[in-house]
Amino acid sequence: MDRLSRPTVWIGGGLVVLWVLVALLAPVLAPFDPLKSMTPLAPPGAPAPGGGVFWLGSDLLGRDILSRVIYGARPVVTLALAATCTAYAVGVSAGLAAGYFGGWIDGGLSFAANVILSFPVLLLYIVVIVALGASPANVIIAVTFASAPAVFRIVRTLTAGLRQRDFVAAAVIQGEAPWRILLVDILPNTTGPLTVDFCLRLGYTTIVIGALGFLGLGLPPPSPDWGGMVNEGRALAFAFPHLVIFPCLAISSLVLGLSLLADGLNQAPARGGGR
Amino acid sequence: MALTMAAVSLLVFLVLELNVEGVATKVLGQFSTAGQRHAWLLQHGYFDPLPLRYGRWVLDFVTGRWGLSTYYHADVLQLVTPRLAASGLLMGVALLVIVPLALGLGVLAGMREGSPLDRGVSVLAIVTTSFPEFATAVFLSAIFVFWLGWLPGVSTLAGGATLKEFVLPVAVLALSSTGYIARMTRASMAEAMGQPYVRTALLKGASLRRIVFGHALRNALGAPVTVIMLQIPWLLSGVIVVEVFFAYPGFGTLLYQAAVNSDVYLIEACAMVGVIAVVASQVLSDLINAWLDPRLLAAARHGPVVAAPAVDLSAPERRVAGL
Repeated sequence: MDRLSRPTVWIGGGLVVLWVLVALLAPVLAPFDPLKSMTPLAPPGAPAPGGGVFWLGSDLLGRDILSRVIYGARPVVTLALAATCTAYAVGVSAGLAAGYFGGWIDGGLSFAANVILSFPVLLLYIVVIVALGASPANVIIAVTFASAPAVFRIVRTLTAGLRQRDFVAAAVIQGEAPWRILLVDILPNTTGPLTVDFCLRLGYTTIVIGALGFLGLGLPPPSPDWGGMVNEGRALAFAFPHLVIFPCLAISSLVLGLSLLADGLNQAPARGGGR
Repeated sequence: MALTMAAVSLLVFLVLELNVEGVATKVLGQFSTAGQRHAWLLQHGYFDPLPLRYGRWVLDFVTGRWGLSTYYHADVLQLVTPRLAASGLLMGVALLVIVPLALGLGVLAGMREGSPLDRGVSVLAIVTTSFPEFATAVFLSAIFVFWLGWLPGVSTLAGGATLKEFVLPVAVLALSSTGYIARMTRASMAEAMGQPYVRTALLKGASLRRIVFGHALRNALGAPVTVIMLQIPWLLSGVIVVEVFFAYPGFGTLLYQAAVNSDVYLIEACAMVGVIAVVASQVLSDLINAWLDPRLLAAARHGPVVAAPAVDLSAPERRVAGL
């Protein structure tokens, strides 16, 4: 209960839930079609042709920014979630194997992780995207490639620690198969630290997807995504700041929500019990 | 280290050069014919066995023959060097702001755990590190360039390096990195302040200043030094975004141009240079740590474990490793 009584968990969780709802209900919430061209470069609050208001203004091609921010939540939320999940699938399975079996399996996997972690993160993404081309699937591959080693390190350390515990020894003596020990005895005990890391990593994945979009290496246009909107509006940003400020507010609030959630979940178990 | 570099170079080579048809298309352009590409590949030895090609590629890199940029039509090495110097300057100035600020805030916050100052630093750190660099850049530009008109919106260094042009890029880098280092310093300092030797010093009547500077600080700084060094790859990523945003003529904009234009050889060179910078920062962090904590050196002489603190810290760690 302690965990849920912290305000950071509520504020952070609220922001995250808000954006997930916005992504789910985009067609209901958006006042306009995000791809429809109307009045170009309308300031926030200007009336739209044929009724309605550009609450956040319109962009260079006359598309409603509010609708684009709302629809932009979709690729960001789904891609960040999918990419983080695949990174976790790879990182957790490799980490469990390395931490449990040790020896050359651990040596080989740890070396591979160190190699990948020697890249500056954004550089690694750029290299992968240049080699594979920009598409949603390739963004997921790039994130998995870059994030999995970090997940691997955490899981490996946790597993190697749990490996020494009596209940694992008991399971070994009972003759349980290694995969069963890993999944039933060890994995559930790693969920505490992993939940926190998952929230954080989701946030950083969101930042990277935004940064790739900002560099023009993310999702191909015209699908609205926040980083791409900033990239498109950048040239005119000093005359029309509304082009770039709102997508930036959107991505910042989503990542802030995830960070606060992670921070709240992180501190709560330390104060009492926990797993 | 040497093994890591070898593996990294192999990875860069495989990712960017395994698909020879792709290399030829990137060098000769999309409208080259299959015959032209084939002739070019044959002429440049791309049909040789892979190990031979890799060996030649590494040799070329080590001897500084980095090839010709297809976009700039210039020697890659000569393109990279001045840009690298410009980025080094930007990162250096950024670190000059970040390190004292982060260590100062972290030590102040960690000295009295749970004080209002401590809470304030923590909240501020979470908020600032949550904003992507490009968002921070947009917010700061909106305030200081659009509304107040105090600072230039681009930092092209066209009229030489002026202080004004450095303010915004450095501020963006500082905002996105300081919070994290401050939090790690705070945690490390709080732990040091809870040690028995601090209690002993307190009981024998030492002043707070003496306890902090004489006893706790040196022990508390080991972890942050590792974090700062691990932060360098992240700072390098941030530098790419910041340079592109402010049109700063550095390594990041060069890499960005190379990526947008599929300039293969330039990307390869940039990737290798970036990795060398990261590996060098890791070596440096081990050296500084050994100086701060001589026990590590002793352990290195008697046992195999040296890099232990670096590994442990990076594990539950955010951006350096994973992001």
